[in-house]
Amino acid sequence: MEKSNSKILFALIIFLALFPVVVLNVRAIGHYLDVMIFVGIYSLINLGLSLLMGYAGQISLGHAAFFGLGAYSSGILCTKLSLSPWLAMVAGVCLTALVAYIVGVPSLKLKGHYLAMATLGFGVIVYIFFNEEVALTGGPSGFSDIPGLTIFGLDLNNDLYYYILVWSLVLLTLVFSLNVINSRIGRALRSLHDSEVAANAMGVETSRFKVIIFVLSGAYASIAGSLYTHYVGFLSPSSFDLFLSIKLVMMVVVGGMHNIWGALLGTWLLTFLGNEWLHVFRDFDILVYGAVLLAIVMFLPEGLVGLTPKMRWLWKRS
Amino acid sequence: MGSENFSTFLSVVDLRKSFGGVQALNGLSFTVESGTIKAVIGPNGAGKTTLFNVISGVFPPNTGSIAFDGESIEGKKAGEIARLGVSRTFQNVEVFGRMTVLENVMVGRHIQSRAGIISAGLKLPRMRREERQIREGARDYLKFVGLEHKAGELAGNLPLGEQKLLEIARALATEPKMLLLDEPAGGLNTRETEGLAALIHRILERGITVVLVEHDMNLVMDISDEIVVMNFGEKIAEGKPKEIKNDPVVIEAYLGEEVDYSDL
Ligand SMILES: Nc1ncnc2c1ncn2[C@@H]1O[C@H](COP(=O)(O)OP(=O)(O)OP(=O)(O)O)[C@@H](O)[C@H]1O
Ligand SMILES: [Mg+2]
Repeated sequence: MEKSNSKILFALIIFLALFPVVVLNVRAIGHYLDVMIFVGIYSLINLGLSLLMGYAGQISLGHAAFFGLGAYSSGILCTKLSLSPWLAMVAGVCLTALVAYIVGVPSLKLKGHYLAMATLGFGVIVYIFFNEEVALTGGPSGFSDIPGLTIFGLDLNNDLYYYILVWSLVLLTLVFSLNVINSRIGRALRSLHDSEVAANAMGVETSRFKVIIFVLSGAYASIAGSLYTHYVGFLSPSSFDLFLSIKLVMMVVVGGMHNIWGALLGTWLLTFLGNEWLHVFRDFDILVYGAVLLAIVMFLPEGLVGLTPKMRWLWKRS
Repeated sequence: MGSENFSTFLSVVDLRKSFGGVQALNGLSFTVESGTIKAVIGPNGAGKTTLFNVISGVFPPNTGSIAFDGESIEGKKAGEIARLGVSRTFQNVEVFGRMTVLENVMVGRHIQSRAGIISAGLKLPRMRREERQIREGARDYLKFVGLEHKAGELAGNLPLGEQKLLEIARALATEPKMLLLDEPAGGLNTRETEGLAALIHRILERGITVVLVEHDMNLVMDISDEIVVMNFGEKIAEGKPKEIKNDPVVIEAYLGEEVDYSDL
């Protein structure tokens, strides 16, 4: 791993370790731990989305569907078949990866808006499936009583434990993703972005890598879905609608999609904004999201992480 | 390679490619002997770059066949052709601008390495070793073209002449048997062009066959073993530099254009 990455990773781990210590000792923000669990869950999806958008150069407006497939796999397998949650999670990943592969092979041949439309269509189809397949999914009202997670007999049904579990998985996924970025595969993906014709001439299998990353990002989202299910203990289709797909893309763009740290930053910011600080706007939050996105696209195309070189420059001058 | 007798390495037969109404390649045939430099020249729009694009698999020909090293390659994908040992540079440089110079050449090592997503993500020992080899190999190729001092710079920030050298290093990193150079001297000054000529000779010494598209006639006449002259997608002449220089058909094709070829 590159030096700057290890430094940021180290800082992140310190922050994550201190976060519960502070938050649990200040009553007014005690529930921030709960928000932070959601930040972790969405971060897991967005690490994959960042690889897909920022590195493979492909957009997806259907990632809520992969999230939902993981969530419903866990929910259904654990309640209807009484499967162990961990096995259900693995089964969910396999199913989602398979679906991502089947969807990815034809749609990744499309470009730009068409790909966005194809993945959007896929997301809508899965959403309809969750709504209509009442026997399997419980339909619009979903189903509840999904058991929590335990590990070696330890009940994780406790915000602190769940926080540790979720963020450990985020860190593992992050390290995995950074390793991929700094490997021949990451270089191949970045090269594709700069010159597809030259990348092809170097023997980079364009379409194959796009599909691999699409499947990987689907798998990340599926794990996030399983974690979500066991945390909230309840499922309904509305948690996996088009708006979520859009919000996820927005988090990645706001943070900075050409940088995997941007995905984490954007997720953190928008999740706190959405869950905590935007309540004053009530139903107008979508307008606020829209405004934030517009501002970023217009003034900060590199996202918030694009600010760091500028800040370093100001710092040096003062 | 040295003493073994030359054999046909690349043979292009009756190649045709059209874009809408434009017949960019119109029944072109020629051969390249192993271990030699063949230049392909012709006025602007003659179809030279199209020829390279078809050979290297950017797009397939409409009809015609291409045999390379005993295998027919027409219509194969670019990656497959690269794996068979054909590499190339681009007339309008196509470096990976937001990657470092070293990383550009490391991408050239792509087909000579194989770590998959799992071993890359988990940094398995096998992958670490391979990664070190990729890096060292890439450094060697940078050294070969004289760019090792720029290894850490963003490729997009290099001046044009160095980007062209970088493309050559990147192409060599794939370990090709044949290298297609599309106007490598375009935009170079006289001194840089001399350096390029020496570099092409060293490439040849490595046993790599070179096909060169170039407008700089001094360079072409100086280093080519044989020359194919194209116009309107057809071959209008072929021969040794001396023969081409005095060929009336060639002179007419060029005079018809009134362009100073020394600085194109
Ligand atoms: N991808 C393409 N799409 C449409 N037309 C093309 C394409 N590539 C080449 N052409 C056309 O085919 C003809 C041959 O072009 P080509 O680039 O092969 O010429 P060239 O000999 O390389 O010229 P130059 O010396 O200017 O580089 C031109 O008329 C060009 O406009
Ligand atoms: Mg050309």
